[in-house]
Amino acid sequence: MANKISDETIEYVGILAKLELSGEEKENAKADMEKMLDYIDTLNELDTEGIEPMSHVFPVHNVFREDVVVNGDGSKDTLANAPLMKDNSFKVPKTIG
Amino acid sequence: MDITSLTAVELGKKIKAKEISVVDAVKASIVQIEKMEKDVHSFVTIDKEGALKRAEEVQKLIDHGTLTGPLAGVPVAIKDNMCTKDMLTTCSSKILGNFKPTFTAEAVLNLERAGAVIIGKTNMDEFAMGSTTETSYYGETKNPWNLNHVPGGSSGGSCAAVAAEECPYALGSDTGGSIRQPSSFCGVVGIKPTYGTVSRYGLIAYGSSLDQIGPIAKDVADCATILEAIASHDPKDSTSIAREKYDFTSALVEDVEGMKIGIPKDYFGDGLDKEVKEKILEAVKVLEEKGAIVEEFDLSLVQYAIPAYYVIASAEASSNLSRFDGVKYGYRTQEYEGLHNMYKKTRSEGFGAEVKRRIMLGSFVLSSGYYDAYYLKALRTKALIKQAFDNAFAKYDVIIAPASPTTAPELGKSLSDPLKMYLGDIYTISVNLAGLPGISIPVGTDSKGLPVGMQIIGNCFEENKIIRVAYTFEQTRTYERPELVKEGR
Amino acid sequence: MAKQYETVIGLEVHVELATKTKIFCSCSTEFGGAPNTHTCPVCTGMPGSLPVLNKQVVEYAMAIGLATNCDITQVCKFDRKNYFYPDNPQNYQISQLYLPIARNGYVEIEVGDLKKKVRIHEMHMEEDAGKLVHDEWDDTSLVDYNRSGVPLVEIVSEPDMRSADEVIAYLEKLRTIIQYLGASDCKLQEGSMRADVNLSVREVGTEKFGIRTEMKNLNSFKAIARAIEGERERQIELLEEGKEVIQETRRWDDNKESSYAMRSKEDAQDYRYFPEPDLVPIVISDEWIAKIKAQQPELRTEKLERYKKEFDIPQYDAEIITNSKHMADIFEATTAICKKPKKVSNWLMVETLRLLKDHDMEPEDIKFSPENLAKLIGLTEAGTVNSSVAKEVFEKIFAEDIDPEKYVEEHGLKTVNDEGALIEVLEKVIADHPQAVADYKGGKEKALGALVGQTMKAMKGKANPGMVNQKLKEMLKEC
Repeated sequence: MANKISDETIEYVGILAKLELSGEEKENAKADMEKMLDYIDTLNELDTEGIEPMSHVFPVHNVFREDVVVNGDGSKDTLANAPLMKDNSFKVPKTIG
Repeated sequence: MDITSLTAVELGKKIKAKEISVVDAVKASIVQIEKMEKDVHSFVTIDKEGALKRAEEVQKLIDHGTLTGPLAGVPVAIKDNMCTKDMLTTCSSKILGNFKPTFTAEAVLNLERAGAVIIGKTNMDEFAMGSTTETSYYGETKNPWNLNHVPGGSSGGSCAAVAAEECPYALGSDTGGSIRQPSSFCGVVGIKPTYGTVSRYGLIAYGSSLDQIGPIAKDVADCATILEAIASHDPKDSTSIAREKYDFTSALVEDVEGMKIGIPKDYFGDGLDKEVKEKILEAVKVLEEKGAIVEEFDLSLVQYAIPAYYVIASAEASSNLSRFDGVKYGYRTQEYEGLHNMYKKTRSEGFGAEVKRRIMLGSFVLSSGYYDAYYLKALRTKALIKQAFDNAFAKYDVIIAPASPTTAPELGKSLSDPLKMYLGDIYTISVNLAGLPGISIPVGTDSKGLPVGMQIIGNCFEENKIIRVAYTFEQTRTYERPELVKEGR
Repeated sequence: MAKQYETVIGLEVHVELATKTKIFCSCSTEFGGAPNTHTCPVCTGMPGSLPVLNKQVVEYAMAIGLATNCDITQVCKFDRKNYFYPDNPQNYQISQLYLPIARNGYVEIEVGDLKKKVRIHEMHMEEDAGKLVHDEWDDTSLVDYNRSGVPLVEIVSEPDMRSADEVIAYLEKLRTIIQYLGASDCKLQEGSMRADVNLSVREVGTEKFGIRTEMKNLNSFKAIARAIEGERERQIELLEEGKEVIQETRRWDDNKESSYAMRSKEDAQDYRYFPEPDLVPIVISDEWIAKIKAQQPELRTEKLERYKKEFDIPQYDAEIITNSKHMADIFEATTAICKKPKKVSNWLMVETLRLLKDHDMEPEDIKFSPENLAKLIGLTEAGTVNSSVAKEVFEKIFAEDIDPEKYVEEHGLKTVNDEGALIEVLEKVIADHPQAVADYKGGKEKALGALVGQTMKAMKGKANPGMVNQKLKEMLKEC
């Protein structure tokens, strides 16, 4: 195995992804990720020098909308699934600042 | 008359001819669902009342001559990652366990405009991440051909529902093979259209640059008819493409005379089950006898599609799924201290293991210092794969390949080794990377009695060629029904 | 000898564009409204929703890019910036990192005698976040997505500024340009223009930049100036103590006149940018650029020259008036009605500026209508009100945009032109002030002023001063 994922890395990725893994989950995540990265590293066998990264598969461009107000009061639908709400707003734990 | 054994188009015709009422069609599906669900479990949500009510409305519209299309009055099941207004849409995840969208996905709306009656939402791998439908929070779906085997995934519920004749047709979505592979495992027909053909508006995203909605049915004619109904240029989806033609049923022609079929040697080598290989090559032989010109060739890069796919799909998924945070909809953890703890607990409790695995991988490959090495490398690989297909389609009208290296595996055998499970998508994934259309059609069963699917891949916007080849082959055989359904238990 | 330090400042300026709808959906951008009323599935991150780009956003961004001498990126793309925060409904912001719409520009600023270029590194389009309100009652926060998805451009300068004065000159310059383009109203107080200050200090003479901090939450020019001064001092103090400046984001509290670090363990500041798969690239043709250039409205310099030529307004006055697009608009609209450009200019230059200063307001905050100012000018020209009454009425116009004709009528402020009434008053004034009369007759011209004043007072300011003067002289001659 070429790739080694440290505890710190798993911790850090957990912060980025907002996932809290248990001790066992962490060990599994490390092993999974190492295995996957080793596999992904096989891409390095490919010479991609000078190849443009392709994010969109078709050369479609300039898809626009005109600047015209269409939507009306959407608050009822917006809040329809809110786990917690108050004063027509979503209620969340206190944010800083 | 056995309503549930009819194809969607056959049922539509009988409804139009007033031989069967829409309510009877819906009731037949409900009866069949009641018979099958305890064994198969294709559905997350079944909406009997809503469907019967809608059936009456649709009947009126048919009677008034407002609805005249081939699918008017025909029941349909929708994969649970497509939004349906006021109807639970869970993505088979705990995190969306109580989520009722306030709008309906464009593809589903198109079906409703065509007079479809939604009978329920089908089970899937959680957020479409998986190849077995075992990652669903709501329990696994079983293969109607053998209840000890998986139906495939991620659209396993949709494919099992069609195979179990719980509904004449269903919608699925395909990010890396999620329509074609379970279609092959369940002995039904499924099409993954060219990227941009069916609107993604209302499809809960997994890998946005790869996701495409498509039809699943008993035969090619149904699939072409359904595709014609769901395909549209949607201004709400910027990646939706305005195609010149949305006519797919005109391709239902029994004629492959002179068509060039490419057989990629690299798709028939090591790792492919012997029986699957035989069945597909037999089918190819049939097409050759019908006048097609068959040639082997090297497609190359096959082994790089999976790693490239897992980088791209996981990266996109890690971002797409970040909106599930307990703030606006869905599950929120009961106890928490502060904002970030709420986020973490909600997501850790709300997502299953496979989803977390891909979110972690996706977050890692995009994180500072790795973007170029992983993400850009994968996008460059994707460009090379597209190039390889372009070269192939300069020579061939269609490419024929297996849909999966094996027939359906047994339940409980796949999830312990994710990488092995991922390898099962080897023949379907590059089609998504290149945005191409693909169809899976049944070509027989293996010695265990499990269906084998053949994949026909077309150049972009050339669905009509794959439909024509599939239809021509289909005319040489009869549709096979699982024992479970024939017995009518 | 104490070390000399130089402050090095670069700015990230966010400007809300004046589109009718949001950047990726057809919701209104109108300010205010009950929470979450201007929302839809797209701007609240509902599962399955997809963004579609507002063309007007691209055109405003292009116009700003061109007016700030930038190169337009002819193939530009959107990227996702990933971070969790409740005001950001998808937990990613659609922005531009790799191919922003404009790059390599500059604006010229003047501070005192110093003229310099402030270079613009890049400008990109992005979506604004929602609003968080702290709920005191149960110590939670409430999220309102009305502002979520409002289009922004972020203009990132090079670290070319060296003082608060330069920063303010740069911001004023940007504001004028953008206002003239009609691309934004650029109100700092309301947040339609926001500036984050990147600041470092270094010893005078050194080449290398110091470690910088980023200061947020600056919503007035005064706050910006105070924050720059505060941060400069804080950093110098650290260096003098032999400590290091930490690269971090800090939040300015203008009430306390101090800042604090916004860092937390949970903010990794690793945004995992990648190309937005839900949006396709924007390809900008030469023709499109030419079209935007051709549509460019009259910018400030052209307007200034035209005012001098067409209306014969002095350079200084034209500069002041054109410094704010809003004021220039009022000037032109009022002039179009009353055809008295010099009078209009005079009201703007003297009374309006005075009142703005008294109320600590910006020219953008002017609320009165050109119609009412034109009416007031009409009243003074006709001699219906005298100048002191006019000033009083103008204050009402400035504050409440009242109709001066009605107001003068209702409050009986018309100049009294009735000779009989005036003569009666004058006779009384002359009789009551024999000393002043004697002084005037003795050659003290000044004494006349006192008598005029007394007359005006007696007539509660409504007399026509010219008439008072003339009549008084006549009557003094006779007595």
